[in-house]
Amino acid sequence: MLAWTIYLSFAGALLLALLPKGRNTLARWLALAVAVGGLALGVRGFADGMGQGRVTIVDLAWVPSMGIHFLLAADGISRVLVLLTGLAAVAGVLFSWNIELRTNEFFAFFLALIGGVYGVFLSFDLFLLFVFYEIAIVPKYFLIAIWGSTRREYAAMKLALYSFVGSAMVLIGLLASYAASGAHSTGLVDLAHAGLPVSFQMWCFPLVFTGFAILAGMWPFHTWAPTGHVAAPTAASMLLAGVVMKLGAYGCLRVGIALFPHGLDPWGFSFIGIGSWRDVFALLAVIGIVYGALVALVQTDFKFVIGYSSVSHMGFVLLGLMTLNQIGVTGAVLQMFSHGILAGLLFAIVGRIVYERTHTRQLAALETMHLSRRMPFAAWAFVVAGMASMGLPGFSGFVAELQVLIGAWMVRPWWVAAAGVGIVVGVAYTWRTLQKAFFSDGVPSAHELEQEHGHKFAAITWPEVTGVVMLTGVSLFVGLYPKILLDAIEPAVKALLAGGGQ
Amino acid sequence: MSGFPILTLLTVLPLVGAAIALWAGKHARGVALITTFCSLAVALWVWTQLPVNGSIGLVEQHPWAPSLAIEYHLGVDGLGALMLVLSAIVTLMSVDAAHRVHHQPGLYFGLVLVLEAGLFGSFTALNFFHWFLFWELSLIPAFFLIKLWGGARRGPAATQFFVYTMAGSVALLVAFLAVFLSTGGSDGPGTMDFGQLTAMAQTGALERAVTAHLGSGFLGVSVPLWLAIGVLAGFAVKVPMIPFHTWLPAAYAEAPSPVTMLLTGAMSKMGVYGLLRIALPIFGAQIAQIRTPLLVLAVATVVMGAWAAAAQKDLKRVFAYSSVNHLGYCLLGIFALAVPATNAATLASQAAALNGVILQMFNHGVTAAALFWFVAMIQTRTGGHRGIDDFGGLRKPAPVLAGLMGIALFSSLGLPGLNGFVGEFLIFRGVFPLAWVAATVSILGLLVTAAVILTVIQKVFSGPVPERLVNFPDLHHDERMALAPVIGLMLLIGILPQLIVNSVNPTVQNLLAHWRF
Repeated sequence: MLAWTIYLSFAGALLLALLPKGRNTLARWLALAVAVGGLALGVRGFADGMGQGRVTIVDLAWVPSMGIHFLLAADGISRVLVLLTGLAAVAGVLFSWNIELRTNEFFAFFLALIGGVYGVFLSFDLFLLFVFYEIAIVPKYFLIAIWGSTRREYAAMKLALYSFVGSAMVLIGLLASYAASGAHSTGLVDLAHAGLPVSFQMWCFPLVFTGFAILAGMWPFHTWAPTGHVAAPTAASMLLAGVVMKLGAYGCLRVGIALFPHGLDPWGFSFIGIGSWRDVFALLAVIGIVYGALVALVQTDFKFVIGYSSVSHMGFVLLGLMTLNQIGVTGAVLQMFSHGILAGLLFAIVGRIVYERTHTRQLAALETMHLSRRMPFAAWAFVVAGMASMGLPGFSGFVAELQVLIGAWMVRPWWVAAAGVGIVVGVAYTWRTLQKAFFSDGVPSAHELEQEHGHKFAAITWPEVTGVVMLTGVSLFVGLYPKILLDAIEPAVKALLAGGGQ
Repeated sequence: MSGFPILTLLTVLPLVGAAIALWAGKHARGVALITTFCSLAVALWVWTQLPVNGSIGLVEQHPWAPSLAIEYHLGVDGLGALMLVLSAIVTLMSVDAAHRVHHQPGLYFGLVLVLEAGLFGSFTALNFFHWFLFWELSLIPAFFLIKLWGGARRGPAATQFFVYTMAGSVALLVAFLAVFLSTGGSDGPGTMDFGQLTAMAQTGALERAVTAHLGSGFLGVSVPLWLAIGVLAGFAVKVPMIPFHTWLPAAYAEAPSPVTMLLTGAMSKMGVYGLLRIALPIFGAQIAQIRTPLLVLAVATVVMGAWAAAAQKDLKRVFAYSSVNHLGYCLLGIFALAVPATNAATLASQAAALNGVILQMFNHGVTAAALFWFVAMIQTRTGGHRGIDDFGGLRKPAPVLAGLMGIALFSSLGLPGLNGFVGEFLIFRGVFPLAWVAATVSILGLLVTAAVILTVIQKVFSGPVPERLVNFPDLHHDERMALAPVIGLMLLIGILPQLIVNSVNPTVQNLLAHWRF
């Protein structure tokens, strides 16, 4: 069932690419239909998979001489992330409804990217996973380079180069583990059971983990993320922050931690309190949390605020992974879902709802526009999204970050103290942005009022309302009833941590 | 255990009302009136359904997030139910008072109702997670009500209010995270359930768990004490206790008066309630350790609140500081009773003080809300004047207003026969044997408050009538009808305090039996 998410997306992409130019409305509806279809399959797969462990979906020999299989399977983690991808895809199409430039190509690239993402989350063969991972890079580049804004060629190139460097590291790790395991298979389960030598894991783990973590926005390799997010068209920002960064984090967990558990063992010596790769990456994660939040606090461009906030929030995912305990890793996966929803929502508000009407993202300029009166829907949508993003209880982010912090506390309490600073700064930048962009206090002069009357903003359209309601609804629902996702994530995390026994 | 989920219904009711009010445009106030009226009816019904032995009743308990051992756990005892009734009364008064909201009424009343839901949720929650959700939920509408409908300097006031309360919340959250982690073990997650934590605190198991898990101390202060300080900080901001009160005067003065009614009448009680439901039961032993400095701060709150009120020229600021003073008595009672009950006399004093604190919460809520309502009425009649020196002789053109507001003022002063007296009397009756120095110094606060209130009465209602106030309209029929029940309530409780005490006292005994200092 879940495999069809991949086929459907690629088929949709192909169909859209072949669609004659000028059929924009048809292209939109077709893309929406494919995205909704993918989401429906994801929901069905999620519901069917309740209470089940890892289920193999397809297993075909692909390159028998190397033991490469076309092996698709899903456990609770995959199912949750497939669900996220489906939601992000539908929301992305809804918030790209106004794209008029080469519409069919845009949606073709968009669906190809989605298909690649589904593929990564469902691959249980390392080689296959890598193929899908690479497939996802190409449409990303074109989406930014063709439909982007601020310095789009630079941003697209930077993103592509960072991604390729990360991929190269992963590829080296892939080949080395294939050779070292002697299992004549690239299946994740086979590799995990192959008993890779500890010394091998010690050098291969940081390589692969860093390779994936680049895409997860780990400090100091995060710099592609803010520029990429800002330059990308709205739907691409939503996907970049919403699901592509999750590809990196997912790879860190599914490949890095699961295949090389001993790579996290202590080195046997410690240098300024750091005695293992685990300490190193946790430190980088914590720096990312605090640094991302602090940089977001001083941005003048609305979209950059959200861009850096993503770096901060993804820091929680990486920190959760490095706790290596049930509660922290579960929190990390939940945070992937939660951030996917919320980053998408925030980018949609900034890039589509606000920017397409005001044609500026400078906070100083927005301050003079009285947006809370002129665009109340956007203002209140941002209030809700901001509350959720800063981790207020009742929204998905709270449960996720709480679990990450609890998990981290069980290992190293000082990580929590540092991450706590990030949370407080998170409240500060969210509130600052909210006040500057929407609720600035200035009383409009008569002249301004006249001008405002002259330039009424275009009315909010139905795809925008639908998208906002869907994403806030999901975040609220998961925040109030986290059990629905936790029931799927927890057994899968438990199995994964119990010695790679995926 | 399980029956009809009346408390869930009570919490959801204002949220439904809020959703309708948002779309009701200029009918929003009507929607809000109906909703708050129904909420009051339900809250009163809950009040009649309490278990007679003072324990927690109407319990609803369901698993919520099992991996974190979080339960959906609701219930009320006399304290919680009284706060529900108070919240419902104050919200109804506030909606009633807000008949001049022309700017986005749908949003205004929607936010007020969300705030009411936050109050109901936090007064019924028995699990930290659930409680914290509603504690934070009430903060957001309050922020926007100040920010969007407030006076000239509303921006900074709203931000200050938000930042202070948020900082307090973070301290609370961190402390509870530590508790949660310490109570957990290899066999499963810890607990955030108030009942379980109270039981653990009573046997000393909690303290041992925290010490075992987090070490013996930091900077010479034991870890359980640090946690107690974190929790106290969260509540001290909300109540507020000096020196955490600096957000209050600006917020109360800049908020539109109906919102100030909510802030002082109901939201400040969330802080006191938190001290009683969370801080004393779970960190009683630690609070007893630092009882003396806490008492000093409580006395400072009483005395300095009163002095500061005396120095104000703006009626809203007078009442704002007077609120600080009145809630200071609650703090005084709470911290004074944090001593081991060695004999029956001590226990009786503790019970008196606690009864007094709970009564004072209710009475201050009603009286302070009424006072801000009167300020709003005066303000609309004079085109925005509310300086204490702007008026004079109002009792001649407006005898009914003067009479009714006089009752409310005397209630605030603590005149016997009115509601304000009973709570303060019981608090002093309890505190004198337990901490006579603190009680004696606090008497000063009573005296200064009396002087402040009398000054207000004199300057506003007596003396010659200025030319521009000759035609000051008296209360019209609707306003009299709306105020009558409130003033009636003040008289009723003043004369028959047992209406409340009879239901609260079993709860007080039950609470004291479970606290360990």
